[in-house]
This record gives sequence, structure tokens and C-alpha cells, in this order.
Amino acid sequence: MSGPALNDFVIRVANVNGTGSASANGLLMKAIFRMGIPVVGKNVFPSNIQGLPTWYEMRVNEDGYTGRSGEIHLMIAMNAETYAKDLASVSPGGYLLYDSTWPRPSMLQRDDITVMGVPFSQMVNDTFTHARSRILMKNMAYVGAVAALINLDMDVVRKMVEDMFASKTKLIPSNMQALELGLNYVTDNIDHPLPFTLEKRDKTNGKVMIDGNTAAGLGCVYGGATVGAWYPITPSTSVMDSFSKYCHKLRIDPETGEHKFAIIQAEDELAAAGLAIGAGWNGARSFTPTSGAGISLMNEFIGFAYYTETPTVFFDIQRVGPSTGMPTRTQQCDITTTAYCSHGDTKHIVLYPADPKECFEMSVNALDLAERFQAPVFVLSDLDIGMNDWMIDALTWDDNYVPDRGKIVTREQLEDGFEFFRYLDVDGDHIPYRTLPGTHPTKGAYFNRGSGHNKYGRYTEDGEEYKEVVDRLADKWFSARSHLPAPVIRKSAHKTKAAILAIGSSDGAIIEACDRLGKTGLHLDYMRVRGFPFADEVEDFMAAYDTIYVVEQNRDAQLRSLLINETNVLKAKLIPVTYYAGDPLSYKFVMEAISEHTAIRKTA
Amino acid sequence: MVSFTKPKIRRKNEPTNDIGLIRSDYDGAMSTLCAGCGHDSVTAAMGRAFFELAIEPYRAVKVSGIGCSSKTTTYFMSQAHGNNTVHGRMPAVATGAMAANADLTYIGVSGDGDSLSIGLGQLVHAMRRNVNMLYMLENNGVYGLTKGQFSAAADIGSTAKKGGANEMAPIDPCALALSVGATFVARSFSGDKEQLVNLIKAGLKHKGFAIIDVTSPCVSFNDHKGSTKSYEHTFKYYHKAVHADYVPPSAEIRASYEDGETMPIELHDGGVINLRKLDNGYDPTDRASAFSKVLESGQSDEILTGLLYIDETTKDMTTRKNLPKRALNTIDYAELNPGANKMAGLMKEFG
Repeated sequence: MSGPALNDFVIRVANVNGTGSASANGLLMKAIFRMGIPVVGKNVFPSNIQGLPTWYEMRVNEDGYTGRSGEIHLMIAMNAETYAKDLASVSPGGYLLYDSTWPRPSMLQRDDITVMGVPFSQMVNDTFTHARSRILMKNMAYVGAVAALINLDMDVVRKMVEDMFASKTKLIPSNMQALELGLNYVTDNIDHPLPFTLEKRDKTNGKVMIDGNTAAGLGCVYGGATVGAWYPITPSTSVMDSFSKYCHKLRIDPETGEHKFAIIQAEDELAAAGLAIGAGWNGARSFTPTSGAGISLMNEFIGFAYYTETPTVFFDIQRVGPSTGMPTRTQQCDITTTAYCSHGDTKHIVLYPADPKECFEMSVNALDLAERFQAPVFVLSDLDIGMNDWMIDALTWDDNYVPDRGKIVTREQLEDGFEFFRYLDVDGDHIPYRTLPGTHPTKGAYFNRGSGHNKYGRYTEDGEEYKEVVDRLADKWFSARSHLPAPVIRKSAHKTKAAILAIGSSDGAIIEACDRLGKTGLHLDYMRVRGFPFADEVEDFMAAYDTIYVVEQNRDAQLRSLLINETNVLKAKLIPVTYYAGDPLSYKFVMEAISEHTAIRKTA
Repeated sequence: MVSFTKPKIRRKNEPTNDIGLIRSDYDGAMSTLCAGCGHDSVTAAMGRAFFELAIEPYRAVKVSGIGCSSKTTTYFMSQAHGNNTVHGRMPAVATGAMAANADLTYIGVSGDGDSLSIGLGQLVHAMRRNVNMLYMLENNGVYGLTKGQFSAAADIGSTAKKGGANEMAPIDPCALALSVGATFVARSFSGDKEQLVNLIKAGLKHKGFAIIDVTSPCVSFNDHKGSTKSYEHTFKYYHKAVHADYVPPSAEIRASYEDGETMPIELHDGGVINLRKLDNGYDPTDRASAFSKVLESGQSDEILTGLLYIDETTKDMTTRKNLPKRALNTIDYAELNPGANKMAGLMKEFG
């Protein structure tokens, strides 16, 4: 198992939501990051604004593994409501720190961990008078206490506090004071540091801590999206927050004050889809972020966009379904629905980002693909990627990038005699030409319709004419497979006939599981698929192994079903490994599931 | 079945508009609606209004939902792009299209089923946003394509062709529009072309959301005795409250009208809508009085028509959102992309 050791351990903080703990936890994590040590944070929060339990888990790992480990080495228990659960969840040999203002004998019932008490409430109540600041300062006090326990560099922390309150400098002294309260109490009263501590490294140079939704919103800015429509839904809301923030920062004409973007908050997801489709039809790069429940509502419009060949980008930041499900927990449960959304024969282009960097890149890809293939394109992210801070290489931009606007016929081309029919496959690549409203007085107008149409764009109820168009649509969709981000293959150092296949945010846990299983003699190659329709390499890869573990975060093994449906792979070769409890996948789960399967196979 | 193309005949001395086009340049495909359908008269009125306003057809966009009325967007201005969208969802598509290019003239055509049942939410929110478009609600109180079910616009006591009377309160599009902030609210009748063409012209020139509720009888399923949306009933109870004339910016605007009877409303393009009040005491710029007048007429059999309310001061969506004068879809990518240097700066925030 991982850790605990120097620069290798997990801290989990249990809080009550609405108490300002998020900024304290962010401070703690960022300070570790600024010490040059790789760290990832996972926020486990309730669908609620104030008063319910929330946890923040930080995994410090200088080897750079990004998945959850499944261990908890230091628990900061700041929520009396969840003491029992928090106490039980600490790994054997671990530590628990709690507010001992009100001592709890029940905290001592485990003899395999060390329980430490710091009278946080008493200290802050003695020091601060204002009720709200007492609550907030308790957070800073535990940051100070943790700092002493794990040798967090206090100079880094103090510098960050100064930056944090740069615009409200009068708050700095009280925050510093609260930090010192925790720090001094531990220094004077508790055995410290713990056996696992921090030590400065230089492993975060050139890295940033960013969440996937922020990166996706930024991707839409850089990709040239001008119209964003949305209906607020957890966990996708921050995609639009980010787009809005960076548009306001970067896309307002300094002279005229004009906005080179339109953000429209819709009345529901149906309208959001319609807004984005209307803008896409009219030649603006457009997108709408949502989650699974929103995709359900958008289904009819998605079929409309598919059949009318209208470019639009849909972000699905997956959360636990079905129905309202668990809105603040993560899953990969919309794999099937995004692949085939809407009634009738429909198939879509879907991209599967695994981290915020890919959220950024694939936002740009999706805007290109939507226009090139004149189709709705999905970016299938999830809550874990979208709302948690991940350490990635700092995002960069290539100024040579030119957007792929696809086949838009200009007024000049029409003047020069280009004979325009909306759904005619002129070039033999299954992609027709389109015109934008307002292009030419007498040539180029067409009537966009979700009802039966022939290749000239005219209404039809003729079976052969109908088939001609939908057959081309299928060919067009399939031809996209070589234009999507290619699968990523990770080979084990040893020759093996077993492999893992997965998408998206399972990546970190899988890589670590492969490495650790490799040390036990179980060698696994790994392919991470990044797009649908599946690239030819996906089929080739699966053909080369006897056993392929399809690891995914849903109950029904949706990715496995999609592979069986869309390739010639032998069904029996694909072993489902599914995790769907709503928290991010841990390497421990992957390891155990695969080890168990291998053991059963050996004894059978 | 395929669509029919109307043969184009150009006669000698055919009148042209200010941009040299003739009326038939505003025609579309042949209608496939039932003979005598009110919608065909509305289609003709729309073509006529665009012709008289001398709007180039290709600079207009026609959007619609699903239903008999929504089909009519193919029957006029074939040189304009059309978008026959999803049932009840035309306003969203129109709004998105408007955001992408506000330089074009947008006309939406819908019916009472498309607008008041499945699409009620979208209609209301397009009005709230004050999207700069004209929304034609061709209202016959009945579902035609599915053969005669009541719509939400059916009046209490109105009878179906087969079966009983409607017992639920109707949704009055004008009362609804007044209550959610629409800035141009009118009612008309497919059988009164003169009034209708004038209202369409005024609605197209109004900067903001204009809705015209047009009683447009369904000859196949709702034109019988006992229906309150029949030609006979409408002709009988039709009442004109306010007459509207659009006067283009170039025309000389006469200043002297008889006091108390006319009211010139200046438009954003410099044109004027001259309102002639046929009812004494009616003030079409006062939302509350218009609302009470509409409600009163709803209590009686009277069908109150004309430009019932106008507000030229509320900002339309694109103005409120500070969109550029040029269309968003014409802005060069180089202007939209912040570039590599900016990215390096942004990344400091995350380090």
C-alpha cells in the first residue's frame, strides 16, 4: 500500500459545509504544491448550501500518482456529526486530529490509531469576538496545526495568506493569529512532527492546479466560441462561470465596451440546447454545458442537430444518476446516452477527457469537429475532473492554430457558380456544404428541417431519398474516427496477454494499479480511449490480448457494451470492472478487483 | 410527397418596391394546407409586409416550430433561410440565431398548440428577453395535424367538431404577453388583411419582441357552429381598438393629427408607427390599461384587435447584452483568441 511516508500520504478534512472551510483546505493544498510536492485534492460535498457534512481529501504523492489511494493517514475531524464515521475511516496506524474543546472519550475507542486533541473552538473563542470570524478562524487554526504536524513550510503559508487578502489587508493579522494558535498549540502540546512529513521538492515547476470546468471554459474562449447557453446544473455550472469570467476579462472591446460573446442563461436545458443550436446554425461557434439530467432533457434537440447537421458542442459533466441521483457525486454513467442520444437512428461524436488539460484541449477539438462534421459533439467529462483541482502542466497555446470552420459556402463562391444543395455529398467525404443565413440574394438559401429531407435539402417522404441521407450520416459519423484524439497506450515493461481499457478520470487510479500489480508479477498494458466512434487502434488493441479489463465508473459496464456493440471484439474477453459508489475511483479498488479476478481464474 | 415550386410570372408594369423587387419575389413554395385555411391569408400578409417594407428576402430569417402554422414558413420568401425546428422550441433557436447575427430580420411563425401548450415556457422567456423578432401566433384553437383536439387557446364553451364543449380557461396570448413584459402586443384576424399587413410591418420594425395573435380559422376542424374560432364567429365579434401604420424613416412624417386620436411612436430605425385609437380612452403605451382592456374583452364575446401595447424604451436582448454592432458570427477569430502570451499570464493564477 501507498505510504504513509515522506511526501507520500493522505490527509482528509471533515467539515461542515458553509463554514468557509473550502478556502482553508485550498490554502493547505496549494501550500504543499508550492513546496514543489505533487498533490491532488478531492472534494466530497453534499447537495446543500449550509450545515451538512463535507470532506476534502488531499493526496500528497511525490511520484505524481493522481488517483485516490483509498487510504486515510491523517484525519482532521472538524465536524462532530461525522466523528464516528471519520474515526472508523482512518487507516490502521493513522492519526486523527479533532476539536477537544469538548473532549470525547468515544474518540479513544480505536487502539490502532493515534487520536490528537486541539481545543480549536476554545482558542478561537478566547481570541476572537465576532461570531462569524470565530467560525472562519477555526479553519485557519487547523491549517496551523496541520502545518506543525507535517512540517508544512509556514513561510509559504504566510505568503499565501498575504496574497489571499491583498485587497482586504486588515484581515491579514487576524488570519495570521489564527494560524499561530494552531501551530503553537501543536508545537507545545503534541508529539510532532508525525512520521510522515513534507520536504521541499521541485516537482511542481511548470505545473498548475486547476479544475476541468475552468479549463473547459477557457478552451471555449481560446477555441473561438462566441455563444454559450446554459441552464445551471451541478456539476457543470462552473464551465459557464469560467467562460464568462475569461470573456469578461479578454473579450470586451476596450474602446467600445462591446462584448464579443453572448452568454444566455436559459429557462431549462431544452432551451439551452435550442439556443446553442440556433447560434451554431447561424455560424457562431456555440456550446452548452450540462450534466446527465440536462442531456435527458436535450434529447429531442440533439436528434434535431444530428439530422439537420448543425454544429454545436455539448459538455456533459457527469454526476451520479439515474434521475436526480446524487448530484454532487461522480460517475461515468452517460457513456451510452451520449453515444446514441435521441430517438431514431442517431450516433454522435464523443470526446473523453481524463484531466483538466484534456478538458481544455478537447474543448477546442470539439468546436473544430462540430463544424468540420456539421454535427453535435459531446465532451464527456465528470464531476471529479470538472470540480476538483488537478495538477497538470501549465496550459499553453499555439498561436498558429487555425479553427476548422468546415464547409461554409461564401457569397463569392456562389457568385462564381458553386451550385449549392444542402445535403449533397459533393466531395465524396460524406460531408455536405452549408450556407449561413444572409449570404446571397438569390443563391444559397435553404430550409432547415428535422422532418424527412432529401440530399437537395427538400422535404421528402420518399423512402429511397430518406435512406440516401441517413446512410450518408452514418458514413460521416464513422469517418470521424480518425479525426478524434487518438487512444493513449501504456505498455507494461513485460510482455503480457492482459490489458486494461478505460476512458477519462479513471486514468490516475489505473496507471497506479498497473504499476503496483506489475510489482506483484501481474503485468497489464493499458489503453485509454479518447473518442467515439472508436479509432481503428481500439479494435486492433483488443485483438492482441486474451483478457481485457474494462474499468469504468458505472453499474452497467456501459463502455464495455459500447465496445461490444461497435467493434468485433469477443464479448467474453471483456471483463467488467465497475465502480459506481460516487466517489472517485481508487487504485486500491482496481488492484483488488483485478487481483481477485485473476485468482478466481487460476483456481478455476 | 414533395414540395411544389410556384411558377414565377413577371408581368409588365408590375409594381416594384424601393429595392426593385416585385411582390412575387417574396413568394415561397406552394401551400399544402387545406383550401380556405386562415394561415394562407397570413402567409400572404407576411409576404406583402416584407415586400412593402422592401426588406431583401435573403436578409430575413424564418423560424417555426411544428404544426400547420409552422409549415407556412416554406410558403413565403424562398430566398430567406428557414428553420423548421422542434415542437414548441422555435423561440430558443431564434434567440440563439439572433445572438449569432443580429443584423438579420427574424420572423417566427407558430400556432396555438406550438406556442401555448408545448412551447409556453419558451414563448414566455423569449418575451422576457425581449428578443428582437416578430412572433406570429396563428391561432385557431385546435390541433389540425392530429385532427381536431382542443388547444389551450380554446374558449370555454367552444365546441369541438366531434364531441363536447371545452371547459378549461383559455390562455390568451395577449394577456400573457402583457403580463411577462412583451414590448409589442397585437391581435388581428386572418380575414382582415389591411390591418394584418400594417401590424406585421410595425412588428417587424419594432426593436424588441413583437407578438401578433392572429385568429386564423381552421376550415377542417374548427369552423363549425359552436366554435369561437370560426370565420363566422370572428367576423361577428371582431372589434378594432387601435389602428397602426408604419411610416418609414425616409417618408415625410406628418405632425398634425387630430388630438386625442392619434399617437406617433418613434422607432429605433427612425421610422414611426402612427397609432389611431378607435376606442376613446385606450392608451396603447400603458401596460396596465392595455391589460385591463384585454381582460375586459375576454369577459365578453368581443375580439379586441389592433396594436394593443407598444413599448419602444425597453432594451432588446442584443442591446442589453452589449453585443457589437457587427454580427458576432462575422468577428474574425484573431479578435476572439487571446493568444499564447495572455495564456502564460493567466496560468500564474493557478501556480
